[in-house]
Amino acid sequence: MADLILEMKNITKEFPGVKALDQVNLKVERGEIHALVGENGAGKSTLMNVLSGTYPFGSYTGDIVYNGEVCQFKTLRDSEERGIVIIHQELALIPELSIGENMFLGNERKGRFGIDWDRTYHEAEEHMRQVGLKEESTTLIKDIGTGKQQLVEIAKALSKQVKLLILDEPTSSLNEEDAKMLLDLLLHFKQEGMTSIIISHKLNEISYVADKITVIRDGSTIETIDNADRNINEDRIIQGMVGRELSDRYPKREHHVSDTVGMAVKNWSVHHPLYPEKKVVDNVSFNVHRGEIVGFSGLQGAGRTELAMSIFGRSYGTDISGELTIDGKSRTLKTVRDAIEAGLAYVTEDRKGNGLILTESIAKNITMSKLDKVCSKGVIDTDKENAVAEEYKEKLRTKTPSVQQNVGNLSGGNQQKVLLSKWMFADPEVLILDEPTRGIDVGAKYEIYCIMNDLVAQGKSVIMISSEMPELLGMCDRIYVMNEGRMVAEMPAAEATQEKIMAAILQSDKQ
Amino acid sequence: MNTKTFIKKYTMVIALGVVFILFAVLTQGRLLYPQNLSNLLLQNAYVLVMACGMLLCILTGGNIDLSVGSTVCLVGAIAAQLLANTGLHPVFVILICLLLSIVIGIWQGFWIGNVHIPPFICTLAGMFLFRGLGRAILGSKTVSIANKTFLNIFASYINVPGLDDQVKWSAFIVGIVISALLIANTFRARAQKAKKGYKQSAAASEFAKIAVIDALILFYTWKLAHYKGIPVMALWVVAVCLIYAFITSKTAFGRYFYAVGGNEKATKLSGINTEKVYFMAYTSMSLLAGLSGLLMAARIGSVNGDTGNSFEMDAIGSCFIGGASAYGGSGTVPGIIVGAILLGVINQGMSIIGLDNNWQYVVKGAVLLVAVIFDVVSNKKTGKAG
Repeated sequence: MADLILEMKNITKEFPGVKALDQVNLKVERGEIHALVGENGAGKSTLMNVLSGTYPFGSYTGDIVYNGEVCQFKTLRDSEERGIVIIHQELALIPELSIGENMFLGNERKGRFGIDWDRTYHEAEEHMRQVGLKEESTTLIKDIGTGKQQLVEIAKALSKQVKLLILDEPTSSLNEEDAKMLLDLLLHFKQEGMTSIIISHKLNEISYVADKITVIRDGSTIETIDNADRNINEDRIIQGMVGRELSDRYPKREHHVSDTVGMAVKNWSVHHPLYPEKKVVDNVSFNVHRGEIVGFSGLQGAGRTELAMSIFGRSYGTDISGELTIDGKSRTLKTVRDAIEAGLAYVTEDRKGNGLILTESIAKNITMSKLDKVCSKGVIDTDKENAVAEEYKEKLRTKTPSVQQNVGNLSGGNQQKVLLSKWMFADPEVLILDEPTRGIDVGAKYEIYCIMNDLVAQGKSVIMISSEMPELLGMCDRIYVMNEGRMVAEMPAAEATQEKIMAAILQSDKQ
Repeated sequence: MNTKTFIKKYTMVIALGVVFILFAVLTQGRLLYPQNLSNLLLQNAYVLVMACGMLLCILTGGNIDLSVGSTVCLVGAIAAQLLANTGLHPVFVILICLLLSIVIGIWQGFWIGNVHIPPFICTLAGMFLFRGLGRAILGSKTVSIANKTFLNIFASYINVPGLDDQVKWSAFIVGIVISALLIANTFRARAQKAKKGYKQSAAASEFAKIAVIDALILFYTWKLAHYKGIPVMALWVVAVCLIYAFITSKTAFGRYFYAVGGNEKATKLSGINTEKVYFMAYTSMSLLAGLSGLLMAARIGSVNGDTGNSFEMDAIGSCFIGGASAYGGSGTVPGIIVGAILLGVINQGMSIIGLDNNWQYVVKGAVLLVAVIFDVVSNKKTGKAG
């Protein structure tokens, strides 16, 4: 019988309208490095949030057995007391505080009067040496690089007497050298008896460090693969990650791609708004014809959203260069207003944060991007506005008692329909849909697909950015693959497979 | 509409009714004397005017303008000095003052909108700057205003010879005309909706609302008729309130303020120039603060270094009591009018009773806190507050 440090049994977690985890099982042996792999949204992070108490006991069903005991963590602190520490993809460090202060935040070393700073900085440095950080513990977080910040997070975990360390995409923002160092550190801690769970997309890294690999797909465990001999079959993992049946989850449509190019982008480069030396989009060229749906595939952070937003009136990035042609005319779009006037629409992936005003009515949200269409001389004709909203409500079959309803009261799928209505109302020729089906249920997804088909049937061009490969394969005429800001492949959807796309991404990672 | 949603929608109106009746009883009816009702409006004219401007600022995201009290002093001081020391026609003086207010507004709007200085800090700086400038211009003295034309433009009463000799019938006639127009307008709007086949709201509740409003207008103008008639200042206040009510509820320009406060990022991505929205909010605020400065100067008849002290707090308080959200994105002109009158009734009621000034502050503070707690708690349910 293996010595299990952790066993998660039949974990089921539901969000309103979505089953994020469905009877997931996970067994982790003491002293091993266990990798969790799966597509975006497969449920890896949700599972870890259940484990760490971020989603408290009672909000899920199933058992967490840790060190032979059934645990009921209600907060993050409960799990940390037992030695389970999670390090998120987005680091939880405060830039303006020192390394030492960050390390003991919420866990301060107390002296007789207030905080014992000498002890804080002394202990901080001890833990920093363990992870190979040579900085002073009084250095501010903002003054060290991302790689070192990641190490500070690990040192912080060490200060909490970590027994089981969970790392969510720890190397996604690191360069190769830093990533290698981090992985070696994990191997080193393993020899000292620490157990880790690592979530990652990068199969080469996983095959380097992991003893076992569990594949998760659509909220269920697919299989656990033994990697003791460090010789995994990448194809098998990819198959496990993406292998879904393609049934009729996508509406049929006539393919009538016109020869006219709707929008073309040439040698497009974008730099990060805060770190201008960093290229987020690197010399990308692509085009979309009228009546065509073009898919953009890639992992999170591939630069697809950044590409789209930088085209859409420079709403992301600095130092943007490249050529943009819409309907054969060369265009320079300096503001979002310019982009809308030029016939462009960008339907954001973050509908709550960037797309909708949740506290306003459906009608007001729909007309926002082209309010002058329901205005005469700057005065809004509210009757006309409501009539327009009713029309789109019927057309897209948005389920709501009234168009005066606040958008915040709608379900995710219906919010997405309102967001689509808003941009269809702006009469665009080219629509960029960024993750249009994220977080909505299967039925609503199907309806969104139908709307997309209607749009191309009217001769409009649609660009669909999605992390769900089956959806791209099911809907698109052509697929571009991006990775780390570069365009790494282009293929007709008829020839594309999920394996091919994954392979293109992995291939470019190795270069 | 059931009772629960009715109470939720008209909380502050009901609160105003209750407070008004309470003070009417406590003052043994003295609150209802024509003179007191007339003064209720005059004393709160500046609050009403500035609350309209403050609403736009608050709509953009709970941002406030702390400098308006000082702007009142500065503009009032310049008006008083120009009238006292130059031979300029009062109309010119008024125009110069209003232009200057716009310049002040552009100054603040530029820093807040285009340079993204936090409004709280920028207007705090303005509060010191303009107060200091105002005092310097006054030379630390009280400057009185003797110019009759200037006083008449802001602080006289409408008086039609022949008609208004004993009872000022003109006031009541205006009341009747406005009431009739309101009813006619409701009929016209409903007919138009019916013609276009749009959805109608329930006739009963719509007419009930108009009936209540008409009754109040008739009551109030009846009382005014038995005092000195319609004060000219009321015309200024009503004009500002109407313009701002129109802007906020009917125009695209006004809609943008709500959009920015509701979700600034989404607004930006809808192609709306959010910097301009902030700029306009603070420019209009200063213009109205300048107008209030003129109204105050005319009503008091003099300006000194403390004119307009803590006026910003009354304007801000009225907005929040009147249902403007502390997070921005919601609030209406009718709402803040109710808020301002509620504050005014409390002030005046307590003054008539003879309650100590100190206690008036305590009551005002409590009312403001309760109103904002109400907003935050009800927002929590809709998920806007963390």
